[in-house]
Amino acid sequence: MSEAVGTARVKRGMAEMLKGGVIMDVVNVEQAKIAQDAGACAVMALERVPADIRAQGGVARMSDPDMIEKIKAAVTIPVMAKARIGHFVEARILESLGVDYIDESEVLTPADFENHIDKWDFKVPFVCGATNLGEALRRINEGAAMIRSKGEAGTGDVSNAMMHMRKIGAEIRRLSSMREDELYVAAKELQAPYALVKEVAETGKLPVVLFTAGGIATPADAALMMQMGADGVFIGSGIFKSGDPATRAAACVKATTFFEDAKVIADASRGLGEAMVGINVADLPAPHRLADRGW
Amino acid sequence: MKIGVLALQGDFREHLVAAKSAGHAALTVRRPEELAEVDALILPGGESTTIAHLAATFNLMEPIRDRIKSGMPVYGSCAGMILLADRIIDGSDGQETFGGIDMTVRRNAFGRQVDSFESDLDFQGVNLHAVFIRAPWVEEIGASVEVLASVKTAQGSHAVAVRQGRLLATSFHPELTGDLRVHRYFFDQVCTGAIK
Repeated sequence: MSEAVGTARVKRGMAEMLKGGVIMDVVNVEQAKIAQDAGACAVMALERVPADIRAQGGVARMSDPDMIEKIKAAVTIPVMAKARIGHFVEARILESLGVDYIDESEVLTPADFENHIDKWDFKVPFVCGATNLGEALRRINEGAAMIRSKGEAGTGDVSNAMMHMRKIGAEIRRLSSMREDELYVAAKELQAPYALVKEVAETGKLPVVLFTAGGIATPADAALMMQMGADGVFIGSGIFKSGDPATRAAACVKATTFFEDAKVIADASRGLGEAMVGINVADLPAPHRLADRGW
Repeated sequence: MKIGVLALQGDFREHLVAAKSAGHAALTVRRPEELAEVDALILPGGESTTIAHLAATFNLMEPIRDRIKSGMPVYGSCAGMILLADRIIDGSDGQETFGGIDMTVRRNAFGRQVDSFESDLDFQGVNLHAVFIRAPWVEEIGASVEVLASVKTAQGSHAVAVRQGRLLATSFHPELTGDLRVHRYFFDQVCTGAIK
């Protein structure tokens, strides 16, 4: 009997199981349990949510293994953790801890301004951020088994997530409408491998699951992203930086499943208390925009 | 037949495609009135805690249990297997299932994602390529449960596909490989009552 672990199929397949779900940022065991009880399909274990990383500044790194292990022990749903862009040793550490997915994330301070991690070389699957189709396909070419649109993390402003989902969707639709002999130039323009460009043109979708992240703060935001074609959503600061996290978390889960049912979303939106304090992305000076990290 | 796929969370789209490819009408089920429309139900892969939570929130728990009791054929893959189990080990606190199959299922029995694997498998004399993702296994079964496939590990042999009457469950995900044989077994043998 041939048996294989860490194949592209089991890595991408894991993301298929997360579809239609909400992945929530948590910084301690208590939050992880709240997320699980609210119906999160996975949690992202990290020391500071993006809003705090933004507020406190400094270099943001991989979280303490102790903290990640405590969260792993506290919940039965999958646990993800973040490594810095290009920091393959942080990724090895996370793999050795047995996390279920690694997010090579622009929310942390990049360790390499040219190269991302060679993700084929790992048994654990990776999710990476993208602002456009070319970036998504470059990450997939490096072995990413799941893509999330970047948005602008830690703001509670959904406009960048919207822009990135529209961009990725529009570029996919454009490829689908092209003649086959035009795909070579399209690949050059997208700075992406021809084989992946051709695959997207033929199937009309990415070869991996596409989630949305960055700035999602309400059930309506989550449903908006699902209607834009996301397979699921990451909510970072939006839940545990709000007034009533347990209620808001459950409401976002409901809105993600019933994203086409305005009545359910309306009911989920009632009495949620304070949303996270937002930052307008337009007010952020360009050097402080996280979505610009990664290339 | 009208095949419903429970579409609360997980890879329900792949099961819809499989049911359509096998020549059946396939509908998403998220509400009790949608459940009432279908002849058989598929419980997809996904997060069993999330699916159970949403089923309870949207008043599907009892209607699904009632349909199972009254003989509706159901097939569950991975999370779906957990949801069909009368008893589970390593669930989250108070995790509920629909139940129906007299078995004890261990969640994430094969380990975490780094231990997820694909492997060839003998399913009723047919060689299948099976994909296991944070997969459960069947720890113990009642007398009326038939084992259809097993996997050997260092801890021994574990059932990964079982049937009890019109209920079928697999630890693995045939919906991810484009191989319709398990789905056809469900539609043609289990749903029709061709095998008892």
